[in-house]
Amino acid sequence: MENTNLKERILEISGVNPRKCMKCGKCSGTCPNYDEMEYHPHQFVSMVEKGDIEPLMKAESLWTCLSCFACVERCPRSVEPAKLIEAVRLAVIRQQGANHLKPQDIPDKLDEDLPQQAIVSAFRKYTK
Amino acid sequence: MVYSYYPGCTLKTKAKDLDRYARASAAALGIELQELPDWQCCGGVYPMAKDEIATKLSSVRALLSAKEQGNDLVTMCSACHNVLKQVNHDMATDENIVTKVANYMKLDEPYRGETKVIHFLELLRDGVGFDELKKHVVKPLKGVKIAPYYGCLLLRPGKVMAFDDPENPAIMENFIKALGAEPVVYAMRNECCGGYATLEKKAIAEKKATAVMDNAAANGAQMMITACPLCLYNLTKNAQGGVPVKYFTEVLAEALGVKEEA
Ligand code: SF4
Ligand code: SF4
Ligand code: SF4
Ligand code: SF4
Repeated sequence: MENTNLKERILEISGVNPRKCMKCGKCSGTCPNYDEMEYHPHQFVSMVEKGDIEPLMKAESLWTCLSCFACVERCPRSVEPAKLIEAVRLAVIRQQGANHLKPQDIPDKLDEDLPQQAIVSAFRKYTK
Repeated sequence: MVYSYYPGCTLKTKAKDLDRYARASAAALGIELQELPDWQCCGGVYPMAKDEIATKLSSVRALLSAKEQGNDLVTMCSACHNVLKQVNHDMATDENIVTKVANYMKLDEPYRGETKVIHFLELLRDGVGFDELKKHVVKPLKGVKIAPYYGCLLLRPGKVMAFDDPENPAIMENFIKALGAEPVVYAMRNECCGGYATLEKKAIAEKKATAVMDNAAANGAQMMITACPLCLYNLTKNAQGGVPVKYFTEVLAEALGVKEEA
């Protein structure tokens, strides 16, 4: 399903131009989390370009992308797929009540060695 | 040599070792690290969105504060380094962000990324020099096989971080050599350990961290070193394999003979 407004918004948030993509698949080939993502980085690129964004907004992949920048580094066309994934993630969590991580979920996940960085980062990525 | 220093929140709490061994080592090398007077946590992950200013402000404040002191800004934690360096790059290249930040912070003169952000490892390589570092080593770590773990954040995106060749880095290997130890070269040194998944899906973090450690062990590593508190946690707690993981500053302090007093 084409959704032009949403597409425009994702492109604006990310600053990515999906039309630069030459569909080589290198981003997905190098993604360390390929097995855990139902949509892979190259699919984020092609689906955003088609305006097919709703399925991406429901995807588990939004939360399992490791933000490792491997796809950004290794794309021969500088498409920067991770920025698109972040933009879709933001389009989701900027909706009211749509935070992926709730403060009350945190205590159960803590152990005494967990660095603050893990918690701070999770909030940055998963909440607004 | 005087530098402004951004320790980061984790170095004040769970990663105190990363900070205290760095300070002791810096002192031994005649480097003065002046902690910024009023820094705030950078947020841990670089905010990629072009339309977000709020999440970049704590980094900008730190960068601006270093500019006012007239110093380069030294970082220790890989994550802080990545965030500060990438935000600084935005401030040098994205006019829209520069203007919005200047308006929001009511700056008389916009901040345009003038501060130079350098990781402590870069300072050792470029400011001190590894040959010079070697001369300060009083307890060479002879015969110890150390696998450097770069992970993601020091190297990528390579064009912005400009830390080293992102696919074939050498800085940590040369650092290890300067300390008299033997670097272990292994394929997964710059592949992600899955640390960010530890809260979201622990199984992912366990699988990725174990793969990294297995690869280091298979190449003879007796120890791994890192600059990232999350990598250290992930490799220590989530990986199967039992190779000890230390901060690079700990082995540095040890070789410089200042570990006990740190
Ligand atoms: S940033 Fe996300 S999508 Fe890109 S390679 Fe890393 S895990 Fe995969
Ligand atoms: S690596 Fe770049 S060009 Fe190749 S498919 Fe991925 S986004 Fe497209
Ligand atoms: S990267 Fe981590 S440790 Fe460093 S300041 Fe930011 S959140 Fe804190
Ligand atoms: S997974 Fe490890 S290497 Fe990758 S970004 Fe996270 S902490 Fe750094």
